[in-house]
Amino acid sequence: MNNYELMVIFTPVLSEEDYKAAQKKYTAFIKDNGGEVVHENPWGLKSLAYPIQKKTTGLYWVLEFNAPSDFNERLNIQIRRDETVLRFMATKLDKYAVEYNAKKRSGVPTGTEKVGA
Amino acid sequence: MAKANEIKYLTAIKPEKRAKKFCRFKKYGIKYIDYKDAEFLKKFLNEQGKLLPRRITGNSLKYQRKVSDAVKKARQMALLPYVTDLLK
Repeated sequence: MNNYELMVIFTPVLSEEDYKAAQKKYTAFIKDNGGEVVHENPWGLKSLAYPIQKKTTGLYWVLEFNAPSDFNERLNIQIRRDETVLRFMATKLDKYAVEYNAKKRSGVPTGTEKVGA
Repeated sequence: MAKANEIKYLTAIKPEKRAKKFCRFKKYGIKYIDYKDAEFLKKFLNEQGKLLPRRITGNSLKYQRKVSDAVKKARQMALLPYVTDLLK
């Protein structure tokens, strides 16, 4: 069971409940494939640094989960089939990353604040 | 008649020593650089959005590579631009 972090950008034209429905669809997909959702963090509408597919804003959604190692393949196929998704990225989290995310959520300073310029 | 530029000081003027650069990740014990934290990553980019070299950021090699990986991931997910004119 590895820790993964998935970040997905949906098209901004997506309505609120479609956005929620898409999130539920993927979390359900993870659960019934033996994975387990650790934390879900929808950022909502954010402006992109450069236009993707002629759109300048996107609905961001970050999901942290752990799953068996062969699960990612199926997840990729599932997300590629969904055309409301502009772009997505799944990254593997090492133990420092998991600890960083846990600290970030619980409000403990992670050291990046006091780093000077 | 002492000319203006031949003024002798009692103690030699020490040139202002530049602060010693240090690797902030080792010093503050940061182990993971989050690619989602665009504000923090901007400290390692210049105005065009390009990565600053190690001799300017003062990072150690290990963490400079982690920073570059995080910046490239952030660029992929449109959190940071690939090239821009006024980033700051």
